[in-house]
Amino acid sequence: MTDEKKVLIEVENLMKYFPIMRGVIRRKVGDVKAVDGVSFKIYKGETLGLVGESGSGKTTTGHAILQLYPVTAGRILLEGKDLAKLNGEELRKIRPRMQMIFQDPQACLNPRMTVGSIISEPLVEHNIGRGKERQERVDELLELVGLDPTHASRYPHEFSGGQRQRIGIARALALNPEFIVCDEPIAALDVSIQAQVVNLLEDLQAELGLTYLFISHDLSMIRHISQRVAVMYLGHIVELAGRKEIYENPLHPYTQALLSAVPTPNPVLEEQRERVILTGDVPSPADPPPGCTFHTRCPIAVDRCHQEVPEWLELRPEHWVTCHLAEG
Amino acid sequence: MATPTLKVKRNILEVSSLKTRFHTQDGTIHAVNGVSFNLKEGELLGIVGESGCGKSVTVMSLLKLIPMPPGEIAEGEALFAGRDLITMETDEIRDIRGHQIGFIFQDPMTSLNPVLTVGHQIAEPLRTHLGLSREEAEERAAQLLDNIGIPKAASRLDDYPHQFSGGMRQRVMIAIALACVPQILIADEPTTALDVTIQAQIIDLVKKLRQELGMSIIWITHDLGIIAGIADRVMVMYGGYLVERAPVKDLYATPKHPYTQGLLNSLPRLEEHRVERLTNIKGQPPNLLREPTSCPFSPRCPYVFERCVEENPTLLPISNTHEVACWWDVERGGARND
Repeated sequence: MTDEKKVLIEVENLMKYFPIMRGVIRRKVGDVKAVDGVSFKIYKGETLGLVGESGSGKTTTGHAILQLYPVTAGRILLEGKDLAKLNGEELRKIRPRMQMIFQDPQACLNPRMTVGSIISEPLVEHNIGRGKERQERVDELLELVGLDPTHASRYPHEFSGGQRQRIGIARALALNPEFIVCDEPIAALDVSIQAQVVNLLEDLQAELGLTYLFISHDLSMIRHISQRVAVMYLGHIVELAGRKEIYENPLHPYTQALLSAVPTPNPVLEEQRERVILTGDVPSPADPPPGCTFHTRCPIAVDRCHQEVPEWLELRPEHWVTCHLAEG
Repeated sequence: MATPTLKVKRNILEVSSLKTRFHTQDGTIHAVNGVSFNLKEGELLGIVGESGCGKSVTVMSLLKLIPMPPGEIAEGEALFAGRDLITMETDEIRDIRGHQIGFIFQDPMTSLNPVLTVGHQIAEPLRTHLGLSREEAEERAAQLLDNIGIPKAASRLDDYPHQFSGGMRQRVMIAIALACVPQILIADEPTTALDVTIQAQIIDLVKKLRQELGMSIIWITHDLGIIAGIADRVMVMYGGYLVERAPVKDLYATPKHPYTQGLLNSLPRLEEHRVERLTNIKGQPPNLLREPTSCPFSPRCPYVFERCVEENPTLLPISNTHEVACWWDVERGGARND
């Protein structure tokens, strides 16, 4: 089915290491392996959910795709063109096609700029339109995200959290992007507002044909919004499959534990539930365990997992997993 | 399973018409507007609501943990062991905090002192409240750390908070809160800053400790999923008011307040079929600078009618155990005639 779909973004063996500097002369003493070899494709028009706990490397992956910093290794192809090889000017030209929505709408909007100037800034930066034209585009964008165009002269502090996230979305849409990285866009919002923003993102996707990489730690929301889901743990993608497949038939023990740890708003089910409770904490990405990185917390790990790095295998159709013990 | 036997239990804490205000430059914030509730012996009472609904301020007011000024407890009474916490002198309430009533907060990093060892911080309440000697307190601290599942507990007493991970720090907070075996434990969003797998560990730990120690717990959260799994009774707050209160199963099976219904409907659920579109609650949370004369939820309510705008409903029983503050009768589809 997915063969007919067009690949928009292809990530091949992406690595991003952050150096650890120590001492007076700032000598490099090691690396934080934030992303340690991930590969996946994002098809045009789909939402790929990227889920994982804090420190799993999901945000770094999103930032690396947008070339917000140079990658350590690997290729990021946008319709076949390798973004990592582009120089500054070439990259600048391609940037309007890829945008980002941030987690904290409070922090990503300049408090001293009016909403109108925040949203038109990308237009100014890329030299699109003039005075009145820009003004019209801002009005149009505000309307698109469900805000009142007359509010363009107001400042971010005059808006609530959910409205500020809408402003962030309007800014991301200003240059008509094809691809948007949504980095925990609802994590800072109240429950009743989360649904509003998610519905807005879905409407915009349908209307404008957008492609999303939706980064979140909320497994219920990921299931709602994504067509395919990738689960990250300690810099690796451990499992990748279609939404229905991964939630009904998780193969990796980490995915199984994650799903079992999500509390359900249903007291009767909660009472009967048997939880897989993982012991311990996520190891440091500066010193990841050898073999399968999950073996230190895995409830079913055997000797082999301590030494051998498991392969990335398609155990069921379109269902990829990296685990020695998983069976399709 | 614990719910049916609760009726015979006595109240350990009785709060009536608590009102808390904050006097700020922009005006008076009506944070808590007349909240009354009882906490029964051994029960876990959940308080749910979104940011700014007054859930934290309610319990903070009880122990005078709000900054005064700008905060002010305008009205109310909170009886604990026959004494009113609200009118109590600071010295007296200090003796109760961390002794009979323990606290766990959302962010363990900001609630632990970064320059004191973990051992020192656990021993502190033991020495001040129970008068243990340094050696006794340290020994007890090691036991406590061991109880809450910190490996090699004795050797970690001399470590500082930054040497612990987020989940471990929250365990340390729990050890401090439980050091003096409190009668009441107040947990204010204790797992919000943690990852789901670590959250599951902490909830499991609290459930276990609750069985062992039999204390009463007030658990504050915005997460309806967590509450479903641990609470006996639940109170839902909105705009500084209690809008619904019921035993946990009643609340989730038959939510009566349109706000509670809206919240439950807006959640995507793993255990059910995926819905094509989430039902959202329209509009924005209330502005607390105005004390409402109408129902605080009326601007966002799908069932709003004249009376909702004219009069603020009070929390009234609709069955023996279920109370709701709403003029609309959800079952019969008409206005409530009380």
